Amino acid sequence: MLSIKNLHVSIEGKDILKGINLDVKPGEVHAIMGPNGAGKSTLASVLAGRDLFNVTEGEVSFQGKDLLDMEPEDRAKEGIFLGFQYPIEIPGVSTVNFMKTAVNEHRKYKGLDPLSASDFLKLMREKKSLVEIDSKLTNRSVNEGFSGGEKKKNEIFQMAMLEPKLAVLDETDSGLDIDALRVVANGVNKLKTRDNATIVITHYQRLLDYIVPDVVHVLYDGRIVKTAGKELALELEEKGYDWIKEENGK
Amino acid sequence: MAKEEQDKILNEVTESEYKYGFVTDIENDDIGKGLNEDIIRMISAKKKEPKFMLDFRLKAYRHWKTMKMPEWAYLDIPEIDYQDIIYYSTPKQKAKLESMDDVDPEIRATFDKLGIPLDEQKILANVAVDVVMDSSSVKTTFKEALAEKGIIFCSFSEAVQDHPDLIQEYMGTVVPIQDNFFAALNSAVFSDGSFVYIPKGVRCPMELSTYFRINAENTGQFERTLIVCEEESYVSYLEGCTAPMRDENQLHAAIVEIIVKDNAEVKYSTVQNWYPGDKNGKGGIYNFVTKRGICEGVNSKLMWAQVETGSAVTWKYPSTILKGDGSSSEFYSVAVTNNHQQADTGTKMIHIGNNTKSTIISKGISAGKSNNSYRGLVKVSKNCEGARNFSQCDSLLLGDKCGAHTFPYLEIGNQSAKVEHEATTSKIGEDQIFYCNQRGINTEDAIGLIVNGYAKEVINKMPMEFAVEAQKLLQISLEGSVG
Repeated sequence: MLSIKNLHVSIEGKDILKGINLDVKPGEVHAIMGPNGAGKSTLASVLAGRDLFNVTEGEVSFQGKDLLDMEPEDRAKEGIFLGFQYPIEIPGVSTVNFMKTAVNEHRKYKGLDPLSASDFLKLMREKKSLVEIDSKLTNRSVNEGFSGGEKKKNEIFQMAMLEPKLAVLDETDSGLDIDALRVVANGVNKLKTRDNATIVITHYQRLLDYIVPDVVHVLYDGRIVKTAGKELALELEEKGYDWIKEENGK
Repeated sequence: MAKEEQDKILNEVTESEYKYGFVTDIENDDIGKGLNEDIIRMISAKKKEPKFMLDFRLKAYRHWKTMKMPEWAYLDIPEIDYQDIIYYSTPKQKAKLESMDDVDPEIRATFDKLGIPLDEQKILANVAVDVVMDSSSVKTTFKEALAEKGIIFCSFSEAVQDHPDLIQEYMGTVVPIQDNFFAALNSAVFSDGSFVYIPKGVRCPMELSTYFRINAENTGQFERTLIVCEEESYVSYLEGCTAPMRDENQLHAAIVEIIVKDNAEVKYSTVQNWYPGDKNGKGGIYNFVTKRGICEGVNSKLMWAQVETGSAVTWKYPSTILKGDGSSSEFYSVAVTNNHQQADTGTKMIHIGNNTKSTIISKGISAGKSNNSYRGLVKVSKNCEGARNFSQCDSLLLGDKCGAHTFPYLEIGNQSAKVEHEATTSKIGEDQIFYCNQRGINTEDAIGLIVNGYAKEVINKMPMEFAVEAQKLLQISLEGSVG
């Protein structure tokens, strides 16, 4: 589904990613862990098409298409969803209106007619109950005045609405209390199918108690330095990141 | 999206042509350039006005000659040669229109193109329209239906002929001829406009609307609107404006006077889309407007809602004098400036009666190299007890070459007044746009979504059809201006 080969990325002349290789197949959950500053969020942003970064080398294909050649909105419509580490507030724009615009853009891309207002509201109700998000939140402006937990729940709700093929969740667990963490993780698990895939980016092992990964990668200094099964997450939890740093000579 | 790509969209859209900029090829009857007492006598004679009108005009003209153009606004305006303007120009057509068939087909085609059908059957239900082209009213629809309720809705010229007593009683009572430079000029040379009279206890069953169009070259448009609402009456009034694209600037100086009596209510909505000039700032309308209403009666209400996207220069402060005890007024405004446009706009709320209330919501949006200023006065007079005002002035910036300015003035003469003022300035962030992109929404639609969200409080106050128009206009005026 997703194939990253030798990806090098820099920002303002500084190298952040230094040759990433990653393959994700349908139905898989990958966790990317690593200390702060390793380049985890950069990887997520580059996949989503943020233009702050320069791709200096390498290629990324998504379902056989050259991902790096696509506009961010087309990547989204091809099925890539980024769960933001810091979701953005858009004052005055209701979540309903925002999602309706987004869902209908996705439908247009697939050659489908826009949803009628009543079908859209029905879809919203379904997805809201699936991810256990409060009705009040979707009646407000996008993320405006939301708590950290509410913002993250709203990301999962949007993910449910857009049904992506590949969801990249960037530090979705940061700033969550245990209840919110459970709600968010349940949402992700419920949305999982045999055909879609998830990349969970996290600093802590805690989230992986709820979202169990098939593969765990450790990203350090712009490279994936270790790849193993879910037990790697536990090892990291126990020993911290220092041994990784030592192994890699810093 | 790559920076170049964004710039490309920015250019395409901000440089997209003003779609109302065509010229209608009709014969006009004008009186030549220049301004003096003979010209004024000629205008008055052409309109077959009673003597009181001519006297009013001459008095205004003599006063205007003693005045200077105001310079306090945050506007950079080249000197205007008032002798180089044609003050009266009217499309040639039959003097009195009996039916639609009498309207010049070219004029009908013009308004069809603008989406303002003059044919009553085709008109959106519940909107009566008075159409003013250059100096004359072309046609007023639904006049008979309204007359059954005792409502008068006609062109100002007709009102002068048919209801001279009402005109004489109310004209110049809210905006006196010596009020300001442009008001005096308008009072001397005004050509047409609309007159609305709602009798006691009548709720006007449809929206009343005037559509102003400047067509002729070198011509100024000076219209005058007078609305009188008797006790316990209600009306919602809309005005829309467009003009052809021309390289030279054209002058528009209008007056609106509104009188609201006991327990009556007026809603006055404007969508101003005069030609703003090209992307280099050449051409465009100079829009100098004096709009003022008086809430004369107890518990009377006046609401202003405006979406201002056009004109090279806008100088406009719709104001309310809250004279009746318990009267209230609201002002909702969205002013957009792009390219080299300049706007200095706001409101004045003058509290005189006890327990009077005013609300001001102003949303400025600046893009390109434009300057957008809010200027507002809240005045509470010495003997006014229990006045309340809430003002909110927000500015939104797109790009980094534009300016937003806020000039609030408070003159509070009574201790019991409660006055609140809030102001914010924000920028459409790349983060917000990327967030929308990531959900599948392209940059143009994202800006439309964000700007309309920002202006929602104001747009929601407008009548339905106008609100839809206003939303589209906002998007067209700004698409792609983030780069």
